[in-house]
Amino acid sequence: MTAALTETRPEPRAVRREALHFAVRNGKLVTGFAVVLVLLLTGLLGPLLLGSAPPNEYVAAPMLPPSAEHWFGTTTFGQDVFTQFVHGLRTTFAVGALGGGIAALIAMVVGFAAGYRGGLLDEALTMLTNVILVIPTLAVLLIVNAYLGIRGVAVQGLFIGLTSWPWAARAVRAQTFSLRTRDFVDLARLSGLGTGRIIAREIAPNMSSYLFMTFILLFGGSVLIASSLDFIGLGPTEGVSLGLMLQNATQWSALQLGLWWWFVPPGAAITAVVGALYVANVGLDEVFNPKLRTT
Amino acid sequence: MLTPDMLKLDDVTKTYRVGALGGKAVTAVDRVSFDVRAGEVVSLIGESGSGKSTIGRMVLGLTPVTSGSITVAGAPVRPGRAYYRSVQGVFQDPFSCYNPVFKADRVFRLIKETYHPGVPEDEWAERVRAAVRDVRLNPGEVLGKYPHQLSGGQLQRLLIARALLLDLKLLVADEITSMLDASTRVDVLNLLADLKTRGLAVLYVTHDLALGTYLAERTVVLWRGTVVERGPTEQVFGDPLHPYTRRLLAAVPRLHAPWEDAPEVRSCPYHDVGGTGGLAEATPGHFVACARLSDCRGDVP
Amino acid sequence: MSLTVTDLRVSYQTLRGEVRALDGVSFTVADGEILGLAGESGCGKTTLGKSLIRLDGRMRHAGGTVELDGRELPIGDDRAMNAFRFREVSLVPQYSMSALNPTRRIGRMVAELLRSRGETLDRAKLETRLGQVGLPREVLDRYPIELSGGMKQRVVMVVSTLLDPSLLIADEITSALDVSTQQAVARALAGFRDAGHVRSMVFITHDLALTARIADTIMVMYAGMLAEKAPAKTMVEQPRHPYTRMLVDALPEVGARHAGRRLTGIAGSPPALLDPPPGCRFRERCPLADDGCAERPPVTEVAPGHHVACWKV
Repeated sequence: MTAALTETRPEPRAVRREALHFAVRNGKLVTGFAVVLVLLLTGLLGPLLLGSAPPNEYVAAPMLPPSAEHWFGTTTFGQDVFTQFVHGLRTTFAVGALGGGIAALIAMVVGFAAGYRGGLLDEALTMLTNVILVIPTLAVLLIVNAYLGIRGVAVQGLFIGLTSWPWAARAVRAQTFSLRTRDFVDLARLSGLGTGRIIAREIAPNMSSYLFMTFILLFGGSVLIASSLDFIGLGPTEGVSLGLMLQNATQWSALQLGLWWWFVPPGAAITAVVGALYVANVGLDEVFNPKLRTT
Repeated sequence: MLTPDMLKLDDVTKTYRVGALGGKAVTAVDRVSFDVRAGEVVSLIGESGSGKSTIGRMVLGLTPVTSGSITVAGAPVRPGRAYYRSVQGVFQDPFSCYNPVFKADRVFRLIKETYHPGVPEDEWAERVRAAVRDVRLNPGEVLGKYPHQLSGGQLQRLLIARALLLDLKLLVADEITSMLDASTRVDVLNLLADLKTRGLAVLYVTHDLALGTYLAERTVVLWRGTVVERGPTEQVFGDPLHPYTRRLLAAVPRLHAPWEDAPEVRSCPYHDVGGTGGLAEATPGHFVACARLSDCRGDVP
Repeated sequence: MSLTVTDLRVSYQTLRGEVRALDGVSFTVADGEILGLAGESGCGKTTLGKSLIRLDGRMRHAGGTVELDGRELPIGDDRAMNAFRFREVSLVPQYSMSALNPTRRIGRMVAELLRSRGETLDRAKLETRLGQVGLPREVLDRYPIELSGGMKQRVVMVVSTLLDPSLLIADEITSALDVSTQQAVARALAGFRDAGHVRSMVFITHDLALTARIADTIMVMYAGMLAEKAPAKTMVEQPRHPYTRMLVDALPEVGARHAGRRLTGIAGSPPALLDPPPGCRFRERCPLADDGCAERPPVTEVAPGHHVACWKV
């Protein structure tokens, strides 16, 4: 009797608790998030712990290899690579979250609306999506950045977000389209649910890992686009980012001079962030899809 | 005892626009009329492409009607909370009816949120268990499970239990047994038959003649979107008048008798004569759409 | 003896352990015989069909032998089986619709398929065979999308029997078809046997009435084991196993009315094969079961050609 009562508990809470139960037992999810969390904390707390020293300050002799004093060594100009790295991480996370977040938001609104409603709305939104999709994004960003003189991380993230959503919108639309014809959507309508609630409560949960995956790819994309912009000198003029570090390393021949400590940390960090989120996504899929659960 | 016309279809037509910019129209349902009374099961029989499922969806308000009218208890179909309080559907694929990421009893939760928000949790849980027992399931065995942990028969019965939690007047059952095993199929059918005693009207959509006849008081045979024959089940299948009905009946594999040689019907003679003017009443209540009705009495043309 | 299966055991690997989908099944199919394989979903009929031609990745041959025309089929060895597939054993799958390459005209697809098997296309033979199943030769110039479900099913049937295999396995080939199309396909299948294009056939279906119409012998399986095997007429008229009896009783016939005679299904569901209970596997649902059923009933021949695995016959 008690068992039966527990089972008919209000279910959003129960589902969340159960998802959590499986989440903390999923190695992939835990590992992925742990890596991201470590890097995120490094980016958030590192600059605070290192004090107020600006990251581009010339603080030591040039070209020092990693040591106890300079963990990641110094650049050809004597800047501390570790200081740059933690500040760069922070910028990278900010651009990724902002750009990826904005793009994911637009993609979801457009994708859900087009996929669920269909008809004329779908045709109009698909056309808009395709138009944005074929615009050479990087060129537009170059022009916009050059004209407006983007010098802040926020504006950079916003522009990346506004231009990188189309493929994600198409993916969300396609998924929504296939889910819309499933009988449980009809059943939800027969339960008196409106369009908004059907999308939020029936369709979105079914593709939650898919949406998360989309966000991860958009996040990674934003990081890479931002790095590209930084690389050609259109990044934020103040401060530092992982992309700028890579650019400087290349520009000052770090590879040829054997200064591996200059370009390996930022490169590895970008790879680690995107890779760990991907691994976490695979784990998340197992958590949300009861059939994939191994326990 | 029978109150007339819980569900009434009058000249219902459904056309779909297909092709670039909807330039071509395809008629899926063509001027279909029939009715279902309270306390009665009517089976809607047809092969794929007959429009039977489209009719079910139109009655449920999931697909709009192109022309003609559908009324339930005298009122037109108006999809929304009020309508679904008394009109419900159960579909073919039980596994597709449940959102795979949630537990199966979530279907009850949605009903509570929409229709019974004021009912205390304890009382609701008791009502759910009662409904589950009503469909001859053990609540302890089926509640709190995920859809993939239950059998197709259990899932279908839970969907019927879900409908029973409302003030149900009309149930549309669309091929609900076609994915079930023979050993459980008949139990679900019996359940539908028992709903009649509650005064419910049931529209049973199927391609399976044997199941249709087992259950229904009256039968409507559809062919390519039109009604070719309808009437009391005994008459439609005991004394089929339309060539298509005869052919269908002959093609059904029987357990104890060899296949009859099916009369080949290339197209309905009625259509060859041209136009669809409606059904002719052969005997009281038994309607057939066949211009050569008099010839049909003997050999099939 | 065309096909002799002895104590065949096939299991599935799952994360929770080994599912014994086939647990010691023995039977024979004679030359010219159509064996109808019936049972509920999960009874092992599809596994049996697959194990005669191709085990899929998760399946493992756990024991027993399959002998076709006196030669043992290496069913556990996917590569060695290739020599037999299509020539000796052939399959018509359930979803022939997806077995056809949508970008090729039928004729070209058939020619390519044969070439990949080192055979050349005998177009006249192909056209004759198509005629036998009631298809015009023009279908060879069409794309799969232009054919109806029943036509595709018949095309696949013709293609898979083009090399006159000894054994044809037809797995639920009519379950997605309309009643009238189903009849045509089933008859075409029996016609192929009559014409000698295939020597014998295993016809898998969940529809007992349909299999009673075209099979010579029906074998009913339950939970990975043989429950009853008998000539088709005997099976539907005098079934001996309680499961078969209840199954036959649960089938509404055309004309039978709910109000007249209320049919009943079989309560409960088949046991999980992950850790099947000892003894008779139908015991839980059987009205006749007693303590004696705790021991597994052997398959015994109660009449010529009539085999039953039940203590109560």
